[in-house]
Amino acid sequence: MSVDYSKYLRMDKLPLYWCPGCGNGTVLKALLTAIDELGWDNNDIAMVSGIGCSARGPGYVNFHTFHTLHGRAIPAATAIKMCHPDMHVIVFSGDGDMTAIGGNHFIHACRRNIDITLIVVDNWIYGMTGGQYSPLTPTGTKASTMPRGNIDPTFDVVELAKGAGATFVARGSVAEPVMLKNYIKKALEHKGTSVIDALSNCHIQWGRRNKFGDPVKLVDYIKSVTVSQAKAAKLSKEELEGKYITGIFVDDPTKKEYTQSYKELIEKAQAKA
Amino acid sequence: MSNVEIANGNELVAEAAIAAGCRFYAGYPITPSSEIPEHLSKRMPEVGGVFMQFEDEIASVIAAIGASYAGYKSMTATSGPGLSLKQEGIGLACMMELPLVVVDVMRGGPSTGLPTRVSQADYMQARWGTHGDHMIIAIAPSTLIETYTETIRAFNLAEKYRTPVLLLTDAVLAHLHGRVEIPDISNFEIIERTQPTVPPEEYYPYDVERFGIIPPLPNKENWRKYKFHMTGLNKDKTGFPTVDSKKVEEDEERMINKIMNNIKDIESFEYYRVDDADVLVIAYGTNATAARVAIDEARSKGIKVGMFRPITVWPFPEAQVFDLSKKFKKIIVSEINLGQMLYEVQRASKGNSEIFTVLQAAGVPIRPQQILEKIEEVSK
Amino acid sequence: MGLHYELRFVGIGGQGNMLAGTIIAEAAVYYENKYATQVPTYTSQVRGGPTKADVIISDEPIQFAEATHIDFLLALDQRTYDMYKKDLKEGAIVLVDSGLVNIPEEDHKKWDVYGYPIVKTAKYDIGNVVTANILAVGMTVELTGILDKENVKKAIADRVPPAFLDLNMKAYETGIEIAKKLKAEKGK
Repeated sequence: MSVDYSKYLRMDKLPLYWCPGCGNGTVLKALLTAIDELGWDNNDIAMVSGIGCSARGPGYVNFHTFHTLHGRAIPAATAIKMCHPDMHVIVFSGDGDMTAIGGNHFIHACRRNIDITLIVVDNWIYGMTGGQYSPLTPTGTKASTMPRGNIDPTFDVVELAKGAGATFVARGSVAEPVMLKNYIKKALEHKGTSVIDALSNCHIQWGRRNKFGDPVKLVDYIKSVTVSQAKAAKLSKEELEGKYITGIFVDDPTKKEYTQSYKELIEKAQAKA
Repeated sequence: MSNVEIANGNELVAEAAIAAGCRFYAGYPITPSSEIPEHLSKRMPEVGGVFMQFEDEIASVIAAIGASYAGYKSMTATSGPGLSLKQEGIGLACMMELPLVVVDVMRGGPSTGLPTRVSQADYMQARWGTHGDHMIIAIAPSTLIETYTETIRAFNLAEKYRTPVLLLTDAVLAHLHGRVEIPDISNFEIIERTQPTVPPEEYYPYDVERFGIIPPLPNKENWRKYKFHMTGLNKDKTGFPTVDSKKVEEDEERMINKIMNNIKDIESFEYYRVDDADVLVIAYGTNATAARVAIDEARSKGIKVGMFRPITVWPFPEAQVFDLSKKFKKIIVSEINLGQMLYEVQRASKGNSEIFTVLQAAGVPIRPQQILEKIEEVSK
Repeated sequence: MGLHYELRFVGIGGQGNMLAGTIIAEAAVYYENKYATQVPTYTSQVRGGPTKADVIISDEPIQFAEATHIDFLLALDQRTYDMYKKDLKEGAIVLVDSGLVNIPEEDHKKWDVYGYPIVKTAKYDIGNVVTANILAVGMTVELTGILDKENVKKAIADRVPPAFLDLNMKAYETGIEIAKKLKAEKGK
């Protein structure tokens, strides 16, 4: 069953701004396919981003789209959801945008459990600004500002989101796009803050500095460093060193969603007034 | 119809925002602005609006911008340090051309400065705090009642000109608790953003050729059916990024012109006892109340002195000050800082007048006596 | 020109000086249709920091709300008395807690000074130290004579918790009586 993507894309804005073979396109396609499967109306979707390569994504889709400042997609998305609680609100931005400059907003959105979906396009690098290391650049690998190899430890986005209180957390990768699409679909359906760590390839800025300048080679490498939860359960701590576990880590429908809490607050205030 | 109340400046800002139709507030606690969120946390849910305390100042201004994009009249409030943090967001609202009201309850600075004490030292930050060429509207109320009426005007200007508007109050006005007679809301004109009437597929948020210099912008009722893109990058009429030099420069100029071409509608000022005056005082905000008392006292001593008080402090009332400079040989500039509007007066008066100052950055108001002494000295 | 009266209430955070100022201002506006302003000055030290509330009561709209020619000062603390007495008019009425504030000799010459152990009286005679500010309001009203005593009662009732109303009314009445006695001692 093929999807008519012209229904979702602003065709007059193509071609995409991204380098050939960029993982951003794979993640965007997974998102649009998931939306198509859900049968959502374009008018009911808002897509918000910060700054960076992936943050250009919302511009190409025919939803309500809002391209904000570096790191600031989440507060804008939160506001849109509060103003129109029956809308579907998606944040589509990069690892630097979401976990460095926007890290504070990321954890607080998770804490509130507001019904927005945060898709972290996790390509291990600041692409647009020229390949500087991000909080998700693997330790030991090279970046334009870590020419001798990265000495910074990394965040585990899944653990970060879990710890901050997100009620749906999953990790997938561009190496397994159908699985990624399924996770995104589940995240979109979830009522509460949902987080997708979408491992993606930037063969230009990260890859070329780390002997993976070819997109196919890099996607294969990403595949080689991911393991499913089932497989991971059988591996030792040493064997899991440097690996990314994929799967759904949190799926909790019981925690109160924020716009629901706010609706009840309004009812309480108006009953008293 | 009016309602006699005893209220402080912060509460009046909050109530006026509700009266103006503001239904989204986002903020972060900061002295001396805190009674604004405290009051709105109670009031917003009562009127079905959104009140949210965010994780920081930046999130607050961005959320208010997001709500404005989503069709809501929105506001955030802060003080000097928070205004510094919000400046990138204010630039975003300028570029996206989204209505927004930012309240700055001025306190001493730089840095943490004097959190509970008065100043007017954000005068230049209001104008030039965000980067890039831009024009800003800033309003400085002087009294409790003006705090109410000028908050409503701030929303009206923001909606009408699709631009952020700064309301500059200060620590004294914020906590001044006094009698006010609040006019019934039916006495005010409440302006809403112009609504698009074209089919949704034909609407673009910056289609100047079709809609004129300030294109319509969907309100919360119409927003769902009008899907459009907005970005902080220099944009074309569709809201998409462009690097086309001609388009970029035209757009930058248009964003300034949409304010400057309508300056007659935006400007607001007061002339106080200037007609027969020999000496002129220029003051704004709460400091103008001290100047007024000083002028009355000087007059009772036979000194002919008057005041020019900008209420819209940005854009600076350049034409008015130039005209005054031709009439007055001596101008006294007074402000609760070490000289900021002073530069604007010097620029606009083009050397026509000798300029004196009563400036103070001590965390306490300038007293009428200090201004009176300067008036007497200058009048000798 | 009609009435223009400036009052200043100083002390340390927690003594209720701000509320004392608020009650005086609200009695003037809500129950006597006068103009009033109150300008609080405080620090982030909510308990124990210096506080000041300037109240101006006038028959006409008030232009400049900071008190500069003060007619009446209430001080419940030495440090704030020393800090904020500078704006008092010649002949101003000064009321201090005599257990907490020492008045220098030269101040007695300039101003009409009244001292009384206000906090101690609230604690032992009224039975609750938190009524000290309302006791002081009673003394203020009697010493200044600018507001109707019954109107101030109404303003107190608007502000104090219902459960503590009787106790506060007792403090207020006691304050009036003490002030009358102090005035009589001075032959006033």
